[in-house]
Amino acid sequence: MGSVEILAVLLVLLVLFRGPVADAISDPRLQTWTTVFVSVMVQAVPFLVFGVVLSAIIAVYVPRSFWARALPRHPALAVPVASCAGVVLPGCECGAVPIAGSLIRRGVTPAAALAFLLAAPAINPIVLAATAVAFPNNPEMVVARGVASLVVAMIMGWLWLRLGKAEWIRLPHRPDLDGMPKGRAFWASVRHDVVHAGGFLVLGAMAAATINVVVPERWLQTLADNPVLSVIALAVLAVLLSICSEADAFVAASLSQFSLTSRLVFLVVGPMVDLKLISMQAGVFGRRFAFRFAPATFAICVLAGVAVGAVIL
Amino acid sequence: MNRQAQAVVMLLFGGAIVRASVTDMYLRYVKESLRPFLIAAGLVLIAAAVMTLVHEVLRPRARAGGDDAEPADHGHDHGDGKPHREPWVAWLLILPVLGLLLVAPPALGSYAAGQAGTALSSQQASDYPPLPPGDPAKISVLDYASRAVFDKGVSLGDRTVQLTGFIAQGPNGEPILARIILSCCAADGRPIKLGMSGNAPAGLASDTWVEVVGKYTDRTVTDPVNEETIPYIEVETWTQIDPPKQQYE
Repeated sequence: MGSVEILAVLLVLLVLFRGPVADAISDPRLQTWTTVFVSVMVQAVPFLVFGVVLSAIIAVYVPRSFWARALPRHPALAVPVASCAGVVLPGCECGAVPIAGSLIRRGVTPAAALAFLLAAPAINPIVLAATAVAFPNNPEMVVARGVASLVVAMIMGWLWLRLGKAEWIRLPHRPDLDGMPKGRAFWASVRHDVVHAGGFLVLGAMAAATINVVVPERWLQTLADNPVLSVIALAVLAVLLSICSEADAFVAASLSQFSLTSRLVFLVVGPMVDLKLISMQAGVFGRRFAFRFAPATFAICVLAGVAVGAVIL
Repeated sequence: MNRQAQAVVMLLFGGAIVRASVTDMYLRYVKESLRPFLIAAGLVLIAAAVMTLVHEVLRPRARAGGDDAEPADHGHDHGDGKPHREPWVAWLLILPVLGLLLVAPPALGSYAAGQAGTALSSQQASDYPPLPPGDPAKISVLDYASRAVFDKGVSLGDRTVQLTGFIAQGPNGEPILARIILSCCAADGRPIKLGMSGNAPAGLASDTWVEVVGKYTDRTVTDPVNEETIPYIEVETWTQIDPPKQQYE
């Protein structure tokens, strides 16, 4: 039986058992959970869709060779340029991983491609706009997020130049969008990104709703009151929630009992290290790479987030 | 999940978003200003679903047999250059569709208000202009509460005000007037709570919406959840009403 048939049966069953399903969630806790879950999804959808569309435009209509031409020859100089190039590539981290892989294929130095991989989902205009919308009373949060993320991307790029080994990266063979007619490649990219990024967003929204309902405010309050614990708690939460960078600012805004610095750490860690990224990086660059790269990035993210938070927030 | 099924899920998801935003349903979850973006995003999802179906239907005919050996149900390579081994996450997109089309959960209410502390402190303004004209003056629960606490009731004076909110349980089980404020979506919804003295509504279930007319009183109580001040209003009259279109402030 194919997926379409399974889907059809599933939907028919759900419509038939709509009554019992509705009764089952009449409990106020479950109802609040459902409201929060649906809210996170509804709020994130415009950002997700526009990010996916812009990322498809760039993936299909901007030649990849452009990125290679645009970067300086010297690797140490290419790192900051690639980090800043992230500004013009809207999209969430799901799109950045394969693009970084193809940059490496096109002969871009891995250090620059990795800096780009980290910077693109964190500091692109859609993510920064979402952050501004989510923190209407704290516009400095947008600056702090941009600066801290840029710093982490560049440090990781330079660290790779010093310590990285080329054999850690193993790119799998893959065909790409170039063989397709442009229109088809565009919609294929949109479909793919919506389904994957959207699917992981559902996971994140479920986790966010669960934390919203299950964790009592008093308990979060005790963590939030301790400056060190609150930073560690939100850094770990960012990894576990695996929320798309276009939506994470809204979740951070809802964690309002936490300090701005710890929420900044949440926003810096989230787009760079999370469960879905680690698995994607292991798939695209190889496990030996991912299991070294992710912990190092996590540590730098926390340090940079705290440092920038101390200065700006 | 293969591409046809993905297209069906995207179609349902886009359709659910458009349906929620052309009705007033989206107001239970997000701010009103998001509406045009929701409609546009929903339409893009529908277009992506239709284009995927068109390409999937046309593809076998366009390439008569031959190189169409690509197994569509395997997640290794979709032919679009992005290797993924977890196509199962696509199934999760059914959940928000169910949430919007089948369950359609209500706006946050008394349960959420009881879970969280009153959110007054984050809303402190620097000055309080005179109340709007009218007798009673119609103001929001948030406006009343911040004038009562931060302005010590000075700008409220002896005026009669009318507030709209829902009934929730107070710190000692007594009915209080509450309203949820949003900055983006219901995930960041925080309650503003008001105690009621005088002719307070009695015998109403939680989540019943009421219009309360009354005057400032300096009585307060502390919210045990976050140790913040909950101001009171001296109620003169009250009426039970239908939930407003926009339930958040």
